[in-house]
Amino acid sequence: MADTVKLPEDSFKPITSDDRAALDSEKIAAPSLTFAQDAWRRLKKNKGAWVSLIVLVVIFIMAFGSIFVSPHDPNAVHPAYANLPSKIPGISINGFNGTLVQAGERIDAYKAAGASGAHYIMGTDYLGRDLFSRVLYGTRISLIIALVATLFDLTIGVTYGMFSGWKGGRIDTIMQRIIEIILSIPNLVVIVLLILILKPGMASIIIAIALTSWVNMARLVRAQTLELKEQEFILAARTLGERPIKIAFKHLLPNLSSVIIINTMFTIPNAIFFEATLSYIGIGISSPQASLGTLLNDGQKNFQFLPYQMWWPALILSIIMLAFNLLGDGLRDAFDPRTKE
Amino acid sequence: MAKYLAKRIFYLILTLFIVITVTFFLMKLLPGTPLTNQAKLSKSQIHLIYEQYGLNKPVWQQYLLYLAGAVKGDFGTSFQFSDQPVSYLISSRIGPSLQIGLQAMIVGVILGVIIGAFGAMKQNTWVDTTTTVVSILGISIPSFVLAVLLQYYLGLKAGWFPIAEWGGFIYTVLPTLALGAQPLAESARFVRTEMVDVLSSDYIELAKAKGLSKTGVIYHHALRNSLIPLITIVGPLAVNIMTGSMVVENIFSIPGIGEQFVKSVLTNDYPTIMGLTIVYSFMLCVVLLITDILYGIVDPRIRLTGKAN
Repeated sequence: MADTVKLPEDSFKPITSDDRAALDSEKIAAPSLTFAQDAWRRLKKNKGAWVSLIVLVVIFIMAFGSIFVSPHDPNAVHPAYANLPSKIPGISINGFNGTLVQAGERIDAYKAAGASGAHYIMGTDYLGRDLFSRVLYGTRISLIIALVATLFDLTIGVTYGMFSGWKGGRIDTIMQRIIEIILSIPNLVVIVLLILILKPGMASIIIAIALTSWVNMARLVRAQTLELKEQEFILAARTLGERPIKIAFKHLLPNLSSVIIINTMFTIPNAIFFEATLSYIGIGISSPQASLGTLLNDGQKNFQFLPYQMWWPALILSIIMLAFNLLGDGLRDAFDPRTKE
Repeated sequence: MAKYLAKRIFYLILTLFIVITVTFFLMKLLPGTPLTNQAKLSKSQIHLIYEQYGLNKPVWQQYLLYLAGAVKGDFGTSFQFSDQPVSYLISSRIGPSLQIGLQAMIVGVILGVIIGAFGAMKQNTWVDTTTTVVSILGISIPSFVLAVLLQYYLGLKAGWFPIAEWGGFIYTVLPTLALGAQPLAESARFVRTEMVDVLSSDYIELAKAKGLSKTGVIYHHALRNSLIPLITIVGPLAVNIMTGSMVVENIFSIPGIGEQFVKSVLTNDYPTIMGLTIVYSFMLCVVLLITDILYGIVDPRIRLTGKAN
């Protein structure tokens, strides 16, 4: 009992304000991030998604930039320069040096065609049109179709889904039945039927794709709306007498945005795929317009002898699809960190 | 269960009825006639042809007749091949399509499950990376690009498989691979995500703590529980295969309904287009019904009340 606790002298000094600041365990050192900033930070950490984003930006700039600066006119026909293989100056790897194997011998196709000075990065097609320019042009058409269709599909899908989820009850049941009926016909069949009625062309492809692909968006938005509308902030808005249309825009839409953005990333490649399929079977874009699908169709005819004519559009199409898929995955993880790990 | 089944079958019939009605009236909206050289035909000839196809009756009568025929599986006569009933055209061509479709589905899903399971077991190793790469490539490369590449490299260059036409089993290999890539990729991805989830759950910990062998844990507990949700993606996969088959059958000149559909579209053969649309929706409806029922059977937690979610 004789033991006494010996406390150091300085324990009894009053705390200065500097010390208090250093001791403050509640203090948050890092700057606080908004939801979007946080998602952006997580997206940048995802290498695949980040690279995809850059690749897509580059493809967009090149495809749309080719309106102003195109290496050649995509529709200019040079029969003399037909079917020239790819030639990139300074590279002498077979396949990129303008040579091709003819009758068992590797010859310089450019010399044979009398075009020694010219070079076409991806070669030329059967009419002597520059394939690189055509691929850029085709990519642009494919992207425009996909983006416009997706925009329509967004508007229809989000409105339908929010309305159905918000109203609930009988209206919801009927609207869901309609979706089930649409889902029970393969999309491509509906698109083909619509195009037959609307006459083939860019506008009808956009309408046909938009009219069939909103269903997924509507389902996702509805499910999310059902969840959200039971939450307190919606109840508060309702109690305060906010009009439903304002609740939808001010409270529901911002909370739905991540679902909508993620789903868009999967709708765009789907639209590109449908367009390519339609053009490939011959009821899509008609010449002289070109899309990735028509280029693939043209290239496939000569694939045995001039494989590069199909390889290039196939490669670009696959890269675009891949990039959108990876970006979509990345965005899903970025918006909802619970799904990762 | 019986009540649920009856309800679902009622909806199936309702759906098909709506599909028939909508396609019928859409087809009536289409411009043009089934006659290729209308200018060269006399009035009475046109009249005779219209009579043969029943096109001179009022639209509502044609509709009722069509509906009555469709119930019995009679979809009228093809415009493209005169005197060929559409139902015969479809029934003689559905075999190859079903065979390739089913093969692609089975091969794709089984391989996908194996690849996905390996990926989940060896999470964050090169095996896992390969799984991810395979699945993302399979989803990104369109089936028709894959089909042409397979046809050229495995068919023509290597000479392992016939490049086109329809014969024995060997002819189905390349189309099956081309169509199966998508189901493979989708199911690999799905199973991987699902299994990573399952592997970190408490009952797996318990199974390990009980001293079960690693294969026992994986096979009896992890894999089985990750496979149940796989049933839900069978419907969408079936749609993928149907869509893909239209182009893939064309590339390999397989006498199937996908090839016929494209041909009919290009020749404005409306009765055949309608018949095929109905057949496609019927197949899809049946697939969706079966998967829903199966899901209820394998996972008793799902209530079969017919209310979504």
